[in-house]
Amino acid sequence: MSYKEIIAKYADKPGGLIEAYHAIQREMSYLPVEAIAEAAEVFKVPVSQAYGVATFYSMFSVKARGKNVIRMCESAPCHVAGAEEVLAALEKELGIKVGESTADGKFALELTECVGQCQATPVLTVNGKPYFDVSPAKLAGILAEYK
Amino acid sequence: MAEEMRIVLRNYGKVDPLKIDDYIAQGGYKSLEKARSMDKKALIDEVKKSNLRGRGGAGFNCGLKWSFAAGNVSPQKYVVCNADEGEPGTYKDRLIMEGDPHTLIEGMAVCAYAIGATQGYIYLRGEYPFLVETLNIAIGQAKEKGFLQDFDLEVRSGAGAYVCGEETALIESIEGKRGEPRFKPPFPPNEGLWSKPTIVNNVETYANIPVILEKGAEWYAGIGVASYPGTKVFTLTGDVVNRTFFEVPTDTTIRDVIFTFGGGVRDGKKFKAVQIGGTSGAFIPESLLDTKVAFDDMGAIGATLGSGATFVMDETRDIVDVVTRIMKFFEHESCGKCAPCREGTARMYELMEKVNDGHGSAKDTALMNKLGNVMSYSCLCGLGQAAPAPVLTTIKHFGADYQAKMK
Repeated sequence: MSYKEIIAKYADKPGGLIEAYHAIQREMSYLPVEAIAEAAEVFKVPVSQAYGVATFYSMFSVKARGKNVIRMCESAPCHVAGAEEVLAALEKELGIKVGESTADGKFALELTECVGQCQATPVLTVNGKPYFDVSPAKLAGILAEYK
Repeated sequence: MAEEMRIVLRNYGKVDPLKIDDYIAQGGYKSLEKARSMDKKALIDEVKKSNLRGRGGAGFNCGLKWSFAAGNVSPQKYVVCNADEGEPGTYKDRLIMEGDPHTLIEGMAVCAYAIGATQGYIYLRGEYPFLVETLNIAIGQAKEKGFLQDFDLEVRSGAGAYVCGEETALIESIEGKRGEPRFKPPFPPNEGLWSKPTIVNNVETYANIPVILEKGAEWYAGIGVASYPGTKVFTLTGDVVNRTFFEVPTDTTIRDVIFTFGGGVRDGKKFKAVQIGGTSGAFIPESLLDTKVAFDDMGAIGATLGSGATFVMDETRDIVDVVTRIMKFFEHESCGKCAPCREGTARMYELMEKVNDGHGSAKDTALMNKLGNVMSYSCLCGLGQAAPAPVLTTIKHFGADYQAKMK
């Protein structure tokens, strides 16, 4: 589905801009600037406001990024459970730094604050799906699901 | 011996969340029926009398809040559920929604009837995409059974902004805008979503409603501490044996939360500190562990109950390092609308880093005390007002840890 078709589906929803952005990202992983301009027109807000919304929320990206978004939690409960060690292993495994995407376009690596799965720290998510008690040894298996 | 008491989690693990008949078999939706047979004022009085206070952290009397919106003559009103639980270490609302979504829906429907609203929204944090379907299935089933004939309920997803847990920022976000808090007053019960009277309550608050109506306000008011009756769900993280959750009456002590329910400190180590209420909570030393977890009891020791997140640290933990990490969180999550928070959180993080890296002095802690106090009364919303608490309380209770890092 094109971004125009996606946005059109949400046009009648009051305040539906954020829902539309989520839907675009499910298809494209990020919000292209043309999609933001289109959304501004459909939701009858200035482009500056639509862009402001896109850059306010940490889950939205206005830059192209890998298809599968990995987010490593760095909040205190994960921090004391060894999140940094997992993050270092992730960077090594993927060959990229936080904020970057792999050259094949498969993965983007980001940090996140608490994802609410603190019964099993440290936690990371891939496209919103949580993985529990992660350790460097578990990473290859998790990434294999998306290759 | 302290015991668990499940009110909001009464059906957790007992019902299939995707089967409304399971919920009905437990007496579900009877309270909604009862509410609709009652006079609206009497219904709100009943909720008021139970003395149920908001479980999102602010502790406002729930029935009193409802009465403000009920008294407004606007033809359009809204009922909103704050399911944005973003406090690190908190997952109680997820437990309720994934284990027993109908208790939330029933609580919201009672509120809608009480204040005269026909539309509701569940603002679900973006980190819980898997719950959108659970909630939508539950809403669909409740509609099919005829429980929501005059009340429409829609799930809206957040997108990763801690500040959206603040009710006016949350409202802005539902309106499709940046989640920046509004100036108050007006308060949402008078002017909220799309400028209409709006009740915003936490998931845990709504989940109490069906039980209060079933068993009566007096029964509820008699549980736990009278000034903050009922139960509270706690989620334990950090260096504790049982990293788990439980629901206890509010007269339970912090010590029982950690040592009875949490099983004590892991690996045979000694207790050092606990942070309760989420990442903006105070750090509490051993000497204050016999405090009851109720709202005002916590306030009396300079702490908060907040979301009930309980982060335990053992004797080996570097408190200054943990607090530095926490200040990075606030610097990142400050929305930037007001200067005291935008600048304050950044400077606080800078100063904590300086101390943590071994370059600090007593001047820096004095400066942080001053800055923290200014922030606590001058920031626009709760985020900035509460952000200095971890710094201020650790300087107070764990001064030696700061000293150890100074030149």
